Order: sequence, then C-alpha cells, then structure tokens
Amino acid sequence: METGVNAIELKHITKRFGKVVANDGVNLSVRRGEILSILGENGSGKTTLMNMISGIYFPDEGQIFVDGKEVVIRSPKDSFDLGIGMIHQHFKLVDVLTAAENIILGLPGKEILDMQAVRSKIRELVDRYGFELDPDQKIYTMSVSQKQTVEIIKVLYRGANVLILDEPTAVLTPQETDKLFDVLRNMKKDGRSIIIITHKLHEVLALSDEVAVLRKGKYIGTVETKTATAESLTEMMVGKKVSLNIDRPEPVNPQKRLEIKGISCVNKEGITTLDKADFTAFSGEILGIAGVAGSGQKELLEAIAGLQPITEGTITYFPAEGGEEELSKMTTTQIRKLGVKLSFVPEDRLGMGLVGSMGMTDNMMLRGYQAGRRFFTDRKTPKSLAERIIQDLEVVTPGVSTPVRRLSGGNVQKVLVGREIASNPKVLMVAYPVRGLDINSSYTIYNLLNEQKKQGVAVLCVGEDLDVLLELCDKILVLCGGKVSGIVDARTTTKEAVGLLMTRNQRGEAGKE
Amino acid sequence: MIHISKRDDISFAKAWGIRIIAVLLSLVVCAVVIIALTRLNPVEVYKAIFDGAVGTKRRSWATIRDAAILLCIAVALTPAFKMRFWNIGAEGQVLMGGVLTAFFMINFAGKLPAPVLFAAMIVSSMAAGLVWGLIPAVFKAFWNTNETLFTLMLNYVAMQITTFCIVFWENPVGSNTVGIINSKSKIGWLPPLFGLTYGWNVVMILAVTLAMHIYLKYSKQGYEIAVVGESEKTARYVGISVKKVIMRTMAISGALCGLAGFILVSGSGHTISTSTAGGRGFTAIIVAWLSKFNAGAMILVSFFLVFMQKGAMQIASQFKLNENASDIITGIILFFILGSEFFINYQVKMAGKHKEG
Repeated sequence: METGVNAIELKHITKRFGKVVANDGVNLSVRRGEILSILGENGSGKTTLMNMISGIYFPDEGQIFVDGKEVVIRSPKDSFDLGIGMIHQHFKLVDVLTAAENIILGLPGKEILDMQAVRSKIRELVDRYGFELDPDQKIYTMSVSQKQTVEIIKVLYRGANVLILDEPTAVLTPQETDKLFDVLRNMKKDGRSIIIITHKLHEVLALSDEVAVLRKGKYIGTVETKTATAESLTEMMVGKKVSLNIDRPEPVNPQKRLEIKGISCVNKEGITTLDKADFTAFSGEILGIAGVAGSGQKELLEAIAGLQPITEGTITYFPAEGGEEELSKMTTTQIRKLGVKLSFVPEDRLGMGLVGSMGMTDNMMLRGYQAGRRFFTDRKTPKSLAERIIQDLEVVTPGVSTPVRRLSGGNVQKVLVGREIASNPKVLMVAYPVRGLDINSSYTIYNLLNEQKKQGVAVLCVGEDLDVLLELCDKILVLCGGKVSGIVDARTTTKEAVGLLMTRNQRGEAGKE
Repeated sequence: MIHISKRDDISFAKAWGIRIIAVLLSLVVCAVVIIALTRLNPVEVYKAIFDGAVGTKRRSWATIRDAAILLCIAVALTPAFKMRFWNIGAEGQVLMGGVLTAFFMINFAGKLPAPVLFAAMIVSSMAAGLVWGLIPAVFKAFWNTNETLFTLMLNYVAMQITTFCIVFWENPVGSNTVGIINSKSKIGWLPPLFGLTYGWNVVMILAVTLAMHIYLKYSKQGYEIAVVGESEKTARYVGISVKKVIMRTMAISGALCGLAGFILVSGSGHTISTSTAGGRGFTAIIVAWLSKFNAGAMILVSFFLVFMQKGAMQIASQFKLNENASDIITGIILFFILGSEFFINYQVKMAGKHKEG
C-alpha cells in the first residue's frame, strides 16, 4: 500500500432527518489512486453520505478531512473547490447545447470565450483516460452512456481529484459498463480517487480496491476486495446469510396467451418508439424484456395495457376458456370490462401506479372501486386488502392511511405489486419490479412472480439487471431502439449475447449511413 | 446556526397552540402598526372592529349573510380546485346565476305560483352557472386549453351580458340600474325562515357544504376527483375517463356557483348589477385554499374574512380612517396564520456550537 494521505476521510458522520437517522457515526477513508465502493441496500444511507461530501447536505455531527485537513463543506461550490466532483444518477445537462458547451457551463472566464482552448483541453482529458467523445456533439443526439461521459468530463474539467459516481451502471449495457470501468481504472492509475455507489456485487468485486458496507445507516466496516466474496459481502450488507439463487420452476403446459404482431408506436415528437414488434407470450412462463433504458419497453407494456395508441399491428389475447379478443381495438376501460386481466406494474410507480398523497387503502381502491352501482365508495374491502398486503409482504408503514409517498421505495413497490397480484391476473406485466428494493424484498418479489407463473399466469417482466433476468426468466426478449432484436432462451444464452443484442440495431443503422 | 427539519407528526393540541400563538402575536404587531400609523389606541380600534361586525343584531346578521355567501362560493370551487382545475371564473358563474334569477323575478312576478317560481329560479340559475363552468371544461378536456385564462375571460363575458340585460330591466328608466326588484310585492324574495330574515340562506348553504363534504369524501366521484387532481397519469392508468371527470366536476362547481348567484339576488340583494358578485368569486379562492378544502375550516375562514371586512367599514367611519387600514390588519393576521403553518410542518432549532467543531 502507498503511504499517501487519505484523499477523503470521514469521522463519525451522523445525519438525521427528523426521527430517521440516515447516517449513524460513519467512518470512511479513500486514499489517492484508490477505488472505493460503497455498498448497501436501498435506504442504507449511501447517497445521503455522498451528498454530505458534495455539499448538498450538512452533517449533524462528525468531521470531514480532505487531504488530511479538516474542512467544512457548506455548498456544492465548497465541494468543487476542494476538488470533489459528484456524478449524479440523473444527468444535469442542457439538451440543446453541445458537449463542450455543457462542460464549461457556469464556469467563470473571460468575456470572450475561447472554444478552441476548451476543445483541446477536453480532447486532452478524453485521450488521457480513454473516453470516446466528440466535444461538438449535441446532447440530445447522445445515448445514455455518452451523456454520462459528458458528466464525468465536466467534473474532471473542473479539476476534480475525487470522483463520486452514484449508481453509474444502472443505465448501461454490459459492454458500456466494461468501457466505463476501463476509464475509471485509468483515472486511478493517474492518482485520482474514485468512490462508486452501487448495490451490484459483481461490479464491486470487479472494480474496487476496497468496499465499505453500510446497513440501515450504520457503518458496518471496510474490507479489501481481494478478500471478499459475493456471499461475504451480502452477509455484511443484509446482516444474515442469504441464498443468492433464484428459483426457476419448469413451465407447466404453456399455452398461447398473448400474441403481438407488428405493433408500432410514435411519440409526440413523431419519433418511432416501438417499431414493428412481434412476439408471443405463453401461460406459465416468465418472458423477460431486456434493453437499454428507453428502447421501447415502456411503450410496449403500455400498448398492451391500452394506454398507448399503436399506429399499426395487432395485439390478441387468447383466454384460457378459448376464443380470442383483439386488445388493440379497445380502450383501457374496455380491456378491463371484458374481464381481460392485465395487471400492469408501471415503471413510474408513484407517478402512475399509485397516488402518492393517498394512503394504502385509497390506493388499493384504484382497482375495483368502480364495481357495483352504489354511489358511495366501499372502503372496507380495500382496507382489509391493504392489511393483508402489509402482513404477507411485510410492508413497513405506520398505518393503512399513511400517504404511500412517505414509504420507502421498496415498500411502495410491494404495495403496487401486491395490489396487482391481488386482482388474480391472467397476464401480469411488471416493469423494473425490484428497482429500489433491498435483497430480501427482491427475493419476495421474485417468489411472487414465480408463484404467479406456477398458477398459469403469463408474466412479462421488464428488467435492468441482466444477471437476474437470466436466472429468473424462461425466455428473454431484447429490445433495441424500439425493435425486437432477438428472443433468446434464458437457460442457454449468455450475458454477453444479450448485451450484443441490446446494441445490435444501433450499429446496423450506423453502418448504413 | 439555525437548524430546520421537517416534523414527522405533530399533536393536534400543539398545532392549534401554534396557531393561537400566531394570532395573538399578529394582534400585537397590528397594535404596534396602529399606534405607529394613526396614534390611536389599538384596543379602541379592535373594539370598533368587533362593534362593526357583530355589534348589533342587524350587523351580526349582515356578517352571517355575507359569510354564508362566501362560504357557498368557496364550497362550489372546492371540487374544481381539488381536481387541480384552476377555476377563477366563479365571479362569472355567480353572475350568470344571478342574471337568470333576476330574469324570472322581473318577468314572471305574479304570473307563476310562488313554489313554481322559486323552482324555476333555482333550476335556471344553477343551469346558467353549470353552462358557464362547463364551457372551459369542455375546451380543457378536448383541446387542453388553459382553464385559468379561459375562466377569467368568461367573467368579462358574464359582466357584458349583465350590462346588456340591465338595459331592458332598468328601473327607474334612465338610471342604468335595476333597483330593488319587486320592492313592494317582495315576489321572488326568499321568505324568512323561523322568523329569521336570512334563515333560508344559512340553511341552504350549510346543506350544500355538508353535501359537498360527503360527496368529496365518501362518493366514488369524489374519489375520482382526488385521483385526477393528484395524478392524471394514474387516473388514466386505472381507466378513469379524465375528460368525463373534468366536465362533470366543473358542471357541479359551476352549478353551485349559479346557486350562490340565486341566493345573492333572491335571498339578499334583491337586485342585479355587474358588481353583484363583488369580487367574492376571487375571495372564495382564498377561503378554499386557506382551509385546505376542509369544510369546517372554510366556515371559520369565510366568517373571519367577512368579519374583518365589516369591521373595516366601522373603523373607517368611526375613526375617519381609510378602509385600507383594516386591510392592513387583515393582511397581518393572515400573514401570521399562514406563517404558523411553517412552524407546524417544520421544527426550528437553534443549534449551539458544533461539539467537535
């Protein structure tokens, strides 16, 4: 080990929000030229901790040292001045400007802007660390990973020596992730320190030198990555041994349930978001849907649920009793009135599936409140359903009337999935069902999906973690730029093969031009 | 260093304690302002305000009458605002209701039996308000027009229609006003109830308030309004027809504003002019929001606002002050009441020195 001073050291950092202790006496240090992973489940206080280093929050107690000197960070500007740069999960870029313009945005300078100098400085950074970036490309034409590159260079351009990346791989394909890791390793060699927030174990093991683990706001400890395994880290993170295998029962008597033929969608700007998608979903099977974020997953599910108008193609539902119903000609309400059970867990949970300001009871009512001819609502049934879900799925909430907005992400997800499953679906569509969930809750959800599969439900599951999709699903449909670029057998395919399908079309188009 | 953090919950007693302290503080500040600006004894001024609002039986009833009307309009606006439909057209909707009421009072006096006449007045005034509320809703539902501007503009249209009608109804001729309609026969005037002049007003409005409370809280339609207001996306996702809810809710909101117009003309003013609504359509918005759409709070807030208005008139005449003096007092009190909500939602601590700092 180098004898270099710690680039950043935290001592006994505590942060409270009301009664909630988000960080409780956390100690942490990163040396120069080191990559530290901060591992923890959602709600364990990772982001809060980093926000205190980057000046968004101010710690209630404790000290922060930068390069061995104690500092007080009161604002993001203080943090920048100390050479700390954070790359947030949600990019903060101006779409109509170029990469170079975004990078220098807000920086002080002379009256006359010397873009030539800016560009050459950017190129120098790009070459030094092995990025791929054209400084004159406009942001709105960029892919997610290119935007992330701009964000990273923006921070480097300002002279950051410590980079904090909040869940940087959540939006990347496996290939893009590898590229990002190469770049980060180059920066490490250059003596910069990197802190990466994540909950993906294999990434931690592949990239970092040390891992700091947080659990429910408490600092559990730091271990050298060399000595750690996925199992040992999980145990630290969860506090008990967890089996990391997902069950995958064999499909029993699969029957055609849903047939999609050549459907396309166009968004408000007239851009094709879904391009002649074809596939069939069978009962008793889980069909995974993979793809880079924004490849048409949302449109596909919404089209089936009748929320998204389609410009061509047909969606046909085959009830178990026989016959067929053409869903593409019906509205959401009609689809439901016909008794076709499409339970849809949208990716935008609070914006779409639930009403944030309402309690669990009222959110349960969203399904089925229209039943019956009575003028007044029946709150007894939804209330008992809410209580049952709290019991069965171990939802942590002060009560059935607490606004669901106040619950943690994992609990919100349980509420939504619980409600959808309660309506006995024949086709269950879920988008990112475990996003934001801790490991135990994630496995609860996987079990629920498997439970539905065993009951003969056709499950469609949009996911972001390929490892999980490969373990959970029977088949995986890969979307790329709105097109179905392949349907593979999840039992025999590899992560790399799926990764290639996720980007295949883009390359094909680039070749044509 | 000052440390501000959000409170998780606060006990009922503590919340009201904070509010009461806020009101007391505001009265102290008002006293200082009164002394500084007018050199009057603030206690005398406060007394005058009370005197003006509830000093005599007649004054008390005037306060109750006006507070009731304000409450009625605020209740009418509530479903629209709960749906996040920015209806600032209550003024016009009330006026249209008033015009139709006046039309029946003037043209059908003595030609229809009283119950039929009243039924016609009520139904037509509500229908007029309904149409006035429905027009912007239809445009919003189908073409997504901005309801704020639309409802505002319709206020002016309603005023022009009123002006137009006054040309035909003016009494005496040439005065360009309608005067007291049926001042001798009192046909079409709401009769006293239990010997109380404004008995019917109060009973009708309280009934409407209670009904609205139940409608919003317990009915399926009320539930739909809440869902659409919170998130149109969620509403569409569960299959609520957002268009239908917008139109239905604005029809109800407009119709109740129309009813307020009927009460204003038949039950209190017995005349019609472009200022019949008198800004109540806007004041009612404040009442609704200030009360967070809680029916009980709306009763208190509308009473408080009218109380201060009546008090203002009294101090204006008694101390030869401008009526704006009372506006200042009202403003200061409201400022403190609204400000107290901050202390109810947030906890403010004066943190000492940093221990290890």
